[in-house]
Formats: sequence, C-alpha cells, structure tokens
Amino acid sequence: MLKIAVLYPELLGTYGDGGNALVLSSRARQRGIEAQVTAVSLDDEIPSADILLLGGGEDGPQRQATFALAKNGALAQRVNNGAILLAVCAGFQIIGTSYEVEGGLHVDGLDLIEAVTTRGEKRRVGNLLTRVGERWLVGFENHGGETQLGDDEVGLGVVSVGAGNAKRAASGDVVDGVRRGRIYGTYAHGPVLAQNPWFADELLSAALGYQLEPLASVADELHRERVSAVGGVEASSLNY
Amino acid sequence: MTTRPSLRSGLAVAALKLVNTASRRLHLGQGTVAGGRVALRIDPHVLRRLARGRRIVLVSGTNGKTTTTALVVAALGGATTNTTGSNMSAGLVAALAADRRSFTVLEVDEAYLPIVAPLVNPEVIVLLNLSRDQLDRAAEVRVLTEKWRTVLHQTNATVVANSADPLVVYAAIAQMDSKVVWCDVGTSWTLDARACPQCTEPLDPVGSWRCDCGFAKPDADFVLGEKLLGRNSEVSLRTALPGAFNRSNAALAVVAAHQLGVSFEEAAQRVASVEGIAGRFTLRRLGGQVFRLMLAKNPAGVAALIDLVAATSHMVVSINDFIADGLDPSWLYDAPFDRLRGATVWCTGSRALDLATRLHYDDVDARVVSPSEIPSRVQSTEPIDIIANYTTFAEWLEVTTPC
Ligand SMILES: [Zn+2]
Repeated sequence: MLKIAVLYPELLGTYGDGGNALVLSSRARQRGIEAQVTAVSLDDEIPSADILLLGGGEDGPQRQATFALAKNGALAQRVNNGAILLAVCAGFQIIGTSYEVEGGLHVDGLDLIEAVTTRGEKRRVGNLLTRVGERWLVGFENHGGETQLGDDEVGLGVVSVGAGNAKRAASGDVVDGVRRGRIYGTYAHGPVLAQNPWFADELLSAALGYQLEPLASVADELHRERVSAVGGVEASSLNY
Repeated sequence: MTTRPSLRSGLAVAALKLVNTASRRLHLGQGTVAGGRVALRIDPHVLRRLARGRRIVLVSGTNGKTTTTALVVAALGGATTNTTGSNMSAGLVAALAADRRSFTVLEVDEAYLPIVAPLVNPEVIVLLNLSRDQLDRAAEVRVLTEKWRTVLHQTNATVVANSADPLVVYAAIAQMDSKVVWCDVGTSWTLDARACPQCTEPLDPVGSWRCDCGFAKPDADFVLGEKLLGRNSEVSLRTALPGAFNRSNAALAVVAAHQLGVSFEEAAQRVASVEGIAGRFTLRRLGGQVFRLMLAKNPAGVAALIDLVAATSHMVVSINDFIADGLDPSWLYDAPFDRLRGATVWCTGSRALDLATRLHYDDVDARVVSPSEIPSRVQSTEPIDIIANYTTFAEWLEVTTPC
C-alpha cells in the first residue's frame, strides 16, 4: 500500500494542487499498486506516508500553514525516515530558510533546505520550462518570490523558459526549485505532475525503491505538446 | 484647453455613437467597447454623467452575472442594460449612451465593481458569489473580497446578497447602513471559502456555518426552497432556464426587482418566461446534430453544470487557454470531473489534451477530437451538451445555428 498525504489542502490548494495526489495514486493503481490518499488537516497528526505533498497558497494561508508545520515539527522527521516530499510554489518557499510576504514581513521557514526567498520587483506569471537531467519539466508559475539557494543546494533544474527561483549569485545560472535527496521543490505550481508523467513516475519510483516501467497514456502526448508549445520547435526535437 | 463639462460629455457621447456605428459596419465587433473607450478618453466623467437620474441595479459576482442581469431586466419589465456582457467601464458607458430608460441594470465585472459603484450611485447592488476565476490575470479572490468591503462600506445602495456564500457575506456585512437583504439561495461551491474570510481559521461552509471568531451565516430575509420564502411573503418560483444555480439567480433577481417596487408575483411571473440568454443553455444545430450550449469558465461554473448533465452518455467539453480564458488550466483539477464517470466526454479546444489527461486520471472515458470532426464523430438522437469556456463558447456560437 502506497500512502500519499496531502498537507493542509484547505490552506495550500489554490491552483488545483489536489491534482498531484490524483496523478500519483492513479499511476500507481494502473500498475497494480494499491494507493491511498489522505488529506491532512491543521489539527491532524502528520501521518507516516510514502509521499508527502505541499501545495501553493496565498500569503495568509501560507503563513498559517508554516506556523502549524513548525509547531508540529513532524515533517522533517517524516522525511528523515524516508518519505518523499514534493513542495510546489508557496510550499517550496515554506520548506526553505525564510520567505517574505506582501508588506515586507519575513517569515521563518521550516529550514529543511537552505533557501532564502525575498519579494521580487514584479510577479512572475507564465509558462515555465526547466531542464531536469535528460528531461523537460513543463508547467506554469505564478509567484512574487525570488529564491536564493544556499551554496550547497542544487536546483531541481536549469530554467529554459520562465523565471524559476532567480539568477544564482554564485554561478549566474537560473535554476528552478530544489533537489536534495528525498526533497523535491519547484515553482511550477498546482498539478505539475499532470503535465510531467515522467516526474510523477520518478517520485513513485523513489518512494517504492525500484524503477517503474513507463506507462503509456494521453499524459505523454500532453507532455510533448506542452514542451513543444512552451519551448518552441527546438525543445521538442530534443528527447523528452 | 478647457471645455465646459456638459459640452465635453456631449462630445464624448457623440464620438461614442460614431465609433460604435463604424465598428459595427466594419464588422470589427459588437460595437460597444470601442466607442465607450473613446468616450472615456474625451470625458473621464462620462459614466457618472450618463448615470445621473437613473434607478440603477448593479449585478456582480464570479458566476451567473449575465444571466442574472437579464433576469432582473425581465423582472422589471424592461430596462437599459449591457446585454452583450461588456461589463467593464467602456461597455457600461456604451450601454447607458444607447438607452435612456430610467430603470438600468448593469452587469459589472467583479474587479470593476469597486470602481463603478461609486460613480453610478446604484439603488441596488446584487452580489451573487465569489470564487477563483483566472488567477493568472485577476486579483486573488481574497484581495477582491477586501476591495468589495471597502466600496460596500461607502455605498448607500441596498445590497441584495447571497447569504450562503461566506465571501459574499464577509463583503456585504461591511455595508454601513446595514441595508442588506440576505437571501439564502444556496451554493454548490465552497472550495474558495474553506478558510474563514475574517480570521483565516478553517471554516466548513456547509449548512449554517459559524466560526469561533464570531463570523457566521446571517439570518436570511429570504430563503429559497420549494418556494421563495420571505419574512412576510411567499412566492412560487419557476424558471425556464435549467439548473439549481439558475433558480438561485432568479430568486436574487426577483428580490432585487422588488426593491424597485415590482410585486413579488409580477417579478416571479416575468422571470419564469426567460429562456436562453446570449446563447447560453440554448439548443443549436451543427450539421444534423442538435447541441445544448453552456458556458463555464472556472471550477464553480463547471460544478454547477455537471450537476445538470451527469446523466448524459455523450457530451463535449471545450477548453481554450487564450487571454480571456486564463492562460493556465490548472483549475481543471479543482472541478469535480470525476462525476462524469460513465459518460463519454469528447475533449476539444486548445487545451483538449490537458482536459483528456485530467479525465483519464479520474477514469472518465475521454476522447480528443478537433472541432471540425465533431459533427461526423459525435452523434446522438438526443441533444448533446457542450460545456465550453469563454472564447470557445464564442466560437461555438459562431459555427452553430439556432434551432
Ligand atoms: Zn473566523
């Protein structure tokens, strides 16, 4: 039984974030693996799950979710015990060192990764295309944050189209999100796994401890179409 | 150059009429927005001046504006109105310039309500609902609610508010003189109100909700059940338009018209005969097939329509991602498409693959089809329902003919 837990969907579910749990559980079931999705509310214990999902939200709910997770303290422990964590958009900011909300208030993050988010000059709204190893991660970003990763942190991928975190002070690269061990973060918001079935399978494989075989579906067509639409013909001629 | 205000206003209206006639002749559009824009450039106060002396109803909210506006017009027995759905400043100017009738019912974009209301001095403001809609370009829903509060605090209009929607309630309780008529007409959409709008603690917005901070569902002046029940009145409410949400819209329209002196019975009788509005819910023909055309552009809208169509075996869902639709169809995952399990859904529009993927993950039989293939591939002896978002709805209106 693969256990998937969605953290505080009432606060962090602004942009169809529930879609990620749906994609993961459906892709597991289609392979004969039983999957269970649990919505974790503010007052609930954070369960021991194979995959934990942290979504996006507005400033107020984001702060409230951060305080609740910090008070609870169990998230870091779950990840240390082997859970996979996918944190998107506001969720990605929450797991960092600190972030800044509208009005200039700085909020301490959970410090699972070293990443400082400040407010950029303008909101970044649009398509996001990132090179992750041999693959393309395609999605949509809508955030006001600029995130600087610590020197020891690695981005999830290098941005080809869109803004992502920000230009890295050290290397000058523009990266999106973060990848550290079992933690994945990205600014590609909402149901990012829907447009990137390979990424969903990577998370599932990591959680299960073995490499899943590919699973052909209309989602592969969607992925090709989006990479091509966002990146132009050049991107589509590379492998997916 | 200084020009006397009245002269300037007259010039603005003359220019508006000229531009509108020209753009209609050149088939550049419906000839409402372009002229309004020119008039506003000549005289920024033209909206205020054109509104003077009228008895105005404003209708705003995320979903159901166009339908409810038409229902209020009907309930009043006719009125000046922006029938084409041009619901921002330029469209309002054009509507007012085109018709001198005193009763005036204007559909106002929810983001424009704070700008328009102080200018036109409305007698009644109807607030339908608030939910997420095209977040990549519009203000987030909570920011919008705060703006509504500010403007409602300053207005002396009577507010006819849906008391089943926590965000509407939060906005309407800011009305300074407490001239709020609370109408519990129900809502099928609660995803955007699961945090208390007052204190952001979790709120379960079903039934008669109450938060620990004191924010609670108000006692209703009108409740919509089998009949529309008021404190001292009751009236049967029938609608030719389908769906529970249209019945809710009709109830709010009847209450709004009553504020302007129309009797409940008269208003209810008038709304009962309203059928399709601007092509919505109407039967249309393409090739040999009859379709029923419906507009939904956000999760709440889809949820309301799915209640209506869930029994159908074949249907079309058409999703575009142009500017007017919103560039990001993430919202598809907030809509309860799982309720279409068992139906065959033909997916079309510029984001047909996103839709098909979303349906596939919920085990709904989804087939991607190009619009031109639909007449040959999608056939039934019954009318086939089409749910389309904004720009694709317009395309469907264009390619089909009325039955
Ligand atoms: Zn509260």
